[in-house]
Amino acid sequence: MKKTLFDKIWDAHVVESIPNGPDILYIDKHLIHEVTSPQAFQELKDRNIPVFRPDKTVATADHNTPTENQHLPVKDLLSRKQLKELTQNCEENNITLYGLGHPYNGIVHVMAPELGITQPGMTMVCGDSHTSTHGAFGTIAFGIGTSQVAQVFASQSVLVQKPKKLRVNVNGKLKNGVTPKDVILYIISELGTNSGTGYFCEYAGNVFEEMSMEGRMTVCNMSIEMGARGGLIAPDQTTYDYVEGREFAPKGEAFEKLKTYWESLKTDEGATFDQEYSFDAEAIEPMVTYGTNPGMGIKISQAIPENESKSSGKALAYMGFTAGESLIDKPINYIFIGSCTNSRIEDFRIAANYIKGKQKAKNVNALIVPGSRQVAAQIEAEGLHTIFEEAGFQLRQPGCSACLAMNDDKIPAGEYCVSTSNRNFEGRQGQGSRTILASPLTAAATAIAGKIVDYTQNLN
Amino acid sequence: MEKFITLTDTAVPLEIENIDTDQIIPARFLKATDKAGFGENLFKDWRFDHEGNEKEDFPLNQERYHGQLLVAGDNFGCGSSREHAAWAIKAYGFKVVVSSYFADIFKGNSLNNGLLPVQVSPEFLSELFKAIEENPQTQIKVDLENQSIKLIDKNLEEKFDIDAYKKMCLLKGFDDIDFLVSKLDQIKAFEKATNRIN
Repeated sequence: MKKTLFDKIWDAHVVESIPNGPDILYIDKHLIHEVTSPQAFQELKDRNIPVFRPDKTVATADHNTPTENQHLPVKDLLSRKQLKELTQNCEENNITLYGLGHPYNGIVHVMAPELGITQPGMTMVCGDSHTSTHGAFGTIAFGIGTSQVAQVFASQSVLVQKPKKLRVNVNGKLKNGVTPKDVILYIISELGTNSGTGYFCEYAGNVFEEMSMEGRMTVCNMSIEMGARGGLIAPDQTTYDYVEGREFAPKGEAFEKLKTYWESLKTDEGATFDQEYSFDAEAIEPMVTYGTNPGMGIKISQAIPENESKSSGKALAYMGFTAGESLIDKPINYIFIGSCTNSRIEDFRIAANYIKGKQKAKNVNALIVPGSRQVAAQIEAEGLHTIFEEAGFQLRQPGCSACLAMNDDKIPAGEYCVSTSNRNFEGRQGQGSRTILASPLTAAATAIAGKIVDYTQNLN
Repeated sequence: MEKFITLTDTAVPLEIENIDTDQIIPARFLKATDKAGFGENLFKDWRFDHEGNEKEDFPLNQERYHGQLLVAGDNFGCGSSREHAAWAIKAYGFKVVVSSYFADIFKGNSLNNGLLPVQVSPEFLSELFKAIEENPQTQIKVDLENQSIKLIDKNLEEKFDIDAYKKMCLLKGFDDIDFLVSKLDQIKAFEKATNRIN
């Protein structure tokens, strides 16, 4: 039978299929963080069940951590308690933790790939919906709730219904200034926020094949924003080159043996999908969102479309926008470059390249938050920190930061923030804050101009 | 887990589409390390203004609406995987959420907490909103065994789908952890057969 990439990985991990019910799916790697794990540890404790395979779980602290003075005790008492519980729980259960200050610490979806923990053909889960990021490696990776975190602790498996299969093809040549973030924002704006619900999405076509691993991670990261549990891209030479030599990647003969297996991880010619969409790369332009869900996106040169639904009216009222207007020249006081979507070295290289020799506009508060300690070190090694600092940007320590504003990095009520994160929900970046999702390049250009600009006019 | 068999009660309507889990429970309330107390922060920023005053136009604050059913617009529970959203809805006192579409992770989280997500057709959903608007005391019956939801006064009924395994779990009050622990021998055999342990 002809199989898709998704089928091949899924089927290889089914312990048992329950008749008229879910599959017991074996999980190769379980990632945890401080926010969605404490109640799962407690659940096991209450039932007197041990963690079944502690060596297959890796922990980091990222959601609720400060991005300044990480060497000092965390000021917020509730955050400190949550971080302390993570440390204790990991110690008691023999789980490896890369806590605050550890050289491997970072956002869970940044640190695991860069350490070689994420590998093609694996199943991975984490109590975080952006676990879909790891699909960039040809991995079945998806977000789970805390009850399922407890299931994985107890059995290294989850009970889950096999999702349907969706393929999104993008072929052609991307225009100058169009980045992976624009590609995924464009796809979501075309398909809507629930088109992927019930599906796992494979991204195919030369546009994804030509992307770096960082770009592929940005795309797969936002699969959940169209409702898909996960997204994945077939592994290829770009993938193998990225994985090879990383700390926890297989070495030598073991790597070569696995690579032979990874090379089989492609959708067979003629395999069928439950749903398929195709887009033309030339149609994509730099994107911005204007509403309160990631599907409410437009090309930067377009006007906000008319939509008479109650929900759309509510979203526009929240954002302070009206249908028919363009976002170009809107004054912006905050920009944020960071989050599991866009906080990898390539994102900062793109931003720095644009910023170099320029100054941020006086009205702008520009926040740069690397995805991990390793990314932060690389920023220094390449001298990008000097570019950011000289341009008046604040370079912080790693974490989820203003993407969900659990820590002190909040956007004030009523203010707009051009943000490279993944969600523009009401109040996501702080109570009353208004988020405009965009690429690192758009965020950098906004910071320099102090307003939204169509920078493609100035590119060579 | 608490059992769910049938429920007949009034409902609170939330005629808004794409309600995300950041609205259900904002991230600043996710610092707790236990499951208690999320109910008071349910829909916090829709229920209260910046000064902490109740917003009168929000249905949860309106006396005429009450009951253990929450009836919401399309694509309910999208966004973050935070199970705190299901805990908050349950702790507030709801036992059933009705919508024409649920986000996957939210749906799973609800089922794992004895909160029943009932997916109905867009037509039936608008009938529900209409009936509640006309008469907030209107009684709605949800019967899990028969997989049916009924507007009693109007004698309007619709069937809903639910995974057979999950239905059994809810009816009996079982959960997935008990089930998976009972399967550890098979899981170990799978690990051995696929060289997953040293």
